[in-house]
Amino acid sequence: MTYLAKPRFHHPKLPTNALGYTRRDYEGAVSTLCAGCGHDSISAAIIQACFELDLPPHRIAKLSGIGCSSKTPTYFLGASHGFNSVHGRMPSVLTGANLANRELVYLGVSGDGDSASIGLGQFAHSIRRGVNMLYIVENNGVYGLTKGQFSATADRGSTSKRGVANHDQPIDLVTMAIMLGASFVARSFSGDKAQLVPLIKAAIRHQGAAFIDCISPCVAFNNHPGSTKSFDFVRAHNEAVNRLDVMVEREPIVADYAPGEVVDVMQHDGTVLRLRKLDAQYHPTDKRAAVAYLQERDAAGEVVTGLLYVDPEATDLHANLDTVATPLNALDDAALVPGQAALDKVNASLR
Amino acid sequence: MPQSLSGQTLARTNDFVVKFANVNGSGSASANLLFARSILRMGVPVVTRNIFPSNIQGLPTWYEVRVTEKGWRGARGGVDLMVAMNPQTWDKDVKSIEPGGYLFYDSTKPMPPSKFRDDITVIGVPLTGMCNAAYTDARQRQLFKNIIYVGALAALLDMDADAIERLIGEQFKGKDKLIRPNIEALHMGRDYALENFACPIGLKVRKSDGVGDRIFVDGNNAAALGCVYGGATVAAWYPITPSSSLAEAFQRHCARYRNEPETGKRRHAIIQAEDELASIGIVIGAAWNGARAFTTTSGPGISLMQEFLGLAYFAEIPAVLFDVQRGGPSTGMPTRTQQSDLLACAYASHGDTKHVLLLPEDPREAFEMAADAFDLADRLQTPIFVMLDLDIGMNEWLCRPFAWDDRRRMDRGKVMTAAELEAGRDFGRYLDVDGDGIPYRTYPGTHPTRGSYFTRGTTRDRYARYSEEGPVYVDNMERLARKFETAKRLVPAPVERMAAEPTNAGLLYFGSTGAAMDEALETLAERGIHLDTLRLRAFPFADAVDDFVRRHEVVFVVEQNANAQMRTLLVTECGIDPARLISIRHYDGTPITARFIAGAVAAAIPGTNVVPLRKAVP
Ligand SMILES: Cc1ncc(C[n+]2csc(CCOP(=O)(O)OP(=O)(O)O)c2C)c(N)n1
Ligand code: SF4
Ligand SMILES: [Mg+2]
Repeated sequence: MTYLAKPRFHHPKLPTNALGYTRRDYEGAVSTLCAGCGHDSISAAIIQACFELDLPPHRIAKLSGIGCSSKTPTYFLGASHGFNSVHGRMPSVLTGANLANRELVYLGVSGDGDSASIGLGQFAHSIRRGVNMLYIVENNGVYGLTKGQFSATADRGSTSKRGVANHDQPIDLVTMAIMLGASFVARSFSGDKAQLVPLIKAAIRHQGAAFIDCISPCVAFNNHPGSTKSFDFVRAHNEAVNRLDVMVEREPIVADYAPGEVVDVMQHDGTVLRLRKLDAQYHPTDKRAAVAYLQERDAAGEVVTGLLYVDPEATDLHANLDTVATPLNALDDAALVPGQAALDKVNASLR
Repeated sequence: MPQSLSGQTLARTNDFVVKFANVNGSGSASANLLFARSILRMGVPVVTRNIFPSNIQGLPTWYEVRVTEKGWRGARGGVDLMVAMNPQTWDKDVKSIEPGGYLFYDSTKPMPPSKFRDDITVIGVPLTGMCNAAYTDARQRQLFKNIIYVGALAALLDMDADAIERLIGEQFKGKDKLIRPNIEALHMGRDYALENFACPIGLKVRKSDGVGDRIFVDGNNAAALGCVYGGATVAAWYPITPSSSLAEAFQRHCARYRNEPETGKRRHAIIQAEDELASIGIVIGAAWNGARAFTTTSGPGISLMQEFLGLAYFAEIPAVLFDVQRGGPSTGMPTRTQQSDLLACAYASHGDTKHVLLLPEDPREAFEMAADAFDLADRLQTPIFVMLDLDIGMNEWLCRPFAWDDRRRMDRGKVMTAAELEAGRDFGRYLDVDGDGIPYRTYPGTHPTRGSYFTRGTTRDRYARYSEEGPVYVDNMERLARKFETAKRLVPAPVERMAAEPTNAGLLYFGSTGAAMDEALETLAERGIHLDTLRLRAFPFADAVDDFVRRHEVVFVVEQNANAQMRTLLVTECGIDPARLISIRHYDGTPITARFIAGAVAAAIPGTNVVPLRKAVP
């Protein structure tokens, strides 16, 4: 049996949220990923965000494709239904699930291979349809689960563990998402929980297609010098444009940093890097400026993070389709089946 | 009255074939349909078939109308009256007319005598000339030309003019401005024929009571209506001939029946997906989350859905697929009919899979099976394939009217509710509590602490916990096999018919082949060849199928594909000795005919132990 059940006992002193749940109630099975894998930090951030948002765990549906990243939904939100689908096709499954019941929170978890390689088409189309979801790519530049081949987000010139340089152009999912009409787009780093948790919270609360590209180093296959998705590289080149204010009632965000402030972050190997967390010039509601900024900083070799684009007026797929407020999966015979009387008319029209 | 030079003329009432040769995109389809429906209004059954190319404008199309008082359902073959409106196919069209038959054409431009035949009657009406004189607008000239020929044919065949006018009135209801000009065009053609020819010709339509309460409808439209009645709320599709009109019809039916009366908001969601992978993914996601969902496609789409179908099978997710089959492999004959996706669907995906197929024989059964498919999918928690074909899907068929039992309720299958979970009922997503191989499922969001589980394509135990242990995998596969056994009892039963005389020979058929079968059996019986028949309506095969084969010394298996796919399924699934199954295959893309079946069976008889009755009984 490879399933590891986590012992569940509630310490009476564990803090609870507004629903009376503890953080434990948002956890899942014990992770079987490599120790230190960036993906586990993202799982922890999701747990934290859902706890802080006071979401009933069973009202969240978590869907994923295939890959180490796509395995992670087993490791958080154990009381939620989960769906580990097929490689690169989580977006369509999530779209269908969302159509069936508009009342749940939809969390799509994917990898860079899953979304930028095999699943680029479904990534694009779910975004352009405005499916109300948080779509998160745990981006490590490689296929972790198949042991370290380059994925489509690997930067040109970035080297594999064996020292071979990638010669293909990378796909930048963030720029694509903005161009495709995502109404909430962010980039973050698995090593920066303080930035990531509020981004996840804001994305979940966003009505529309929310996308987070989260750089998430693969310690087994892509964390060496020469890789542009290593902890060291990302920490050295991370340029956060803003700190996020999440508009959650009851719980104002405590400001950690002021504009222009430089922050020390402990590296994986113990070295300390200094990060500038805010750019006063950046306006995340200006789509064209966002794209231009991203391209400019990208050319300068920086990894821009933070909330990059948000459209506060966003609508979602259900609004576009004009579906009823009642979830489609809750409609009964009376609402769905026209009956013999209607058939009599149909028959008459076909004679 | 025009005469053939040889003096030969066919004389037939309520039993002849008219074929229209048109140019694609010329607007002839609705005029031709008007012609066919007018005959139905006179109480005379018709069989119609569209023969069209993969093209939007310019290539040849044909529309065949078999007038058959006897009510045969299949095509006959041969042409008694050719309405030759397409210069490109003139030679072939003229050649196809039966000796003594009739040729109707646009005589505006004179044709050299070499373009005709001595043994047919030629009826020329200057359609273009008449239109050019009456209309200035090019599109009007084109469209009314079609109505004018319907008018002329009505006079030539002694059809009821009032019936046609009433139909025009119904067709343009709400667009009343169009009624007058159409009726005028109709009269123009009719008057010309009455003035210039001795009407009627040898072919006549005479009022009858052969139609009864039957309806004239295409299978895609019928199946789409079945989806509405089956409670489908989510549809995802990618356009492909011949399935697109099913999704489009669903959209129309939903607009009519599926909006919330108070708000006008939609009780349905239709997504035109980016490809068939996304279509089936959306269906699987929606069905997982408790909505009834379907996709509609054809062979190439089925190929793209393979990986997802394995997931749906293994993770046990209800899904309904309509495969409107066309000629394959590859793009094959995209506008022709075949039954050639049987194996691709029955065993779709990698690994050990088996899927349920439903095999409707006409639009009426397509309606029923479409609705049933959703109950079956929920009950069996697996993909259900409704195997239509282009012949059923895209042609209007005369069939029994739609009927619905208002007491019927959706069977949502084994779904554990919040109350049951709250009461402490044991929930194992893959636990066979009832011995039928079908476990319980829960919809996401049901209960705060119980009943959640993780759906995956990876092996898992009875409580949905990840495991790659051999015995756990085997346990699950054995349960899936039990579930497939259960399916045998739930799918539509086969239909058996005994021959008029005792016989040791049987015949199996299914789907659109049914249209030609009655006539083929009658022809064979006239030759002393009697066959018991069994019409397959589903896969997995009920035990009755196996029984039927074992009760007969030889069994013909009639199907519309080249590889004898149904025969392969029968041999494999029922363990039947292949020598006892004689394959009759028709796969040129045209619908199988009675003439073909009777001929092929008769030709195969000498090699079998079947003794034609007339010889056996002196
Ligand atoms: C159709 C198909 N092809 C190939 C695979 C093998 N495969 C499994 S995971 C994976 C790559 C995953 O990469 P990514 O999405 O980046 O996830 P990571 O493991 O890096 O988190 C591949 C190619 C598969 N499961 N399915
Ligand atoms: S292989 Fe890489 S991505 Fe996969 S678990 Fe290990 S560190 Fe994480
Ligand atoms: Mg990866």
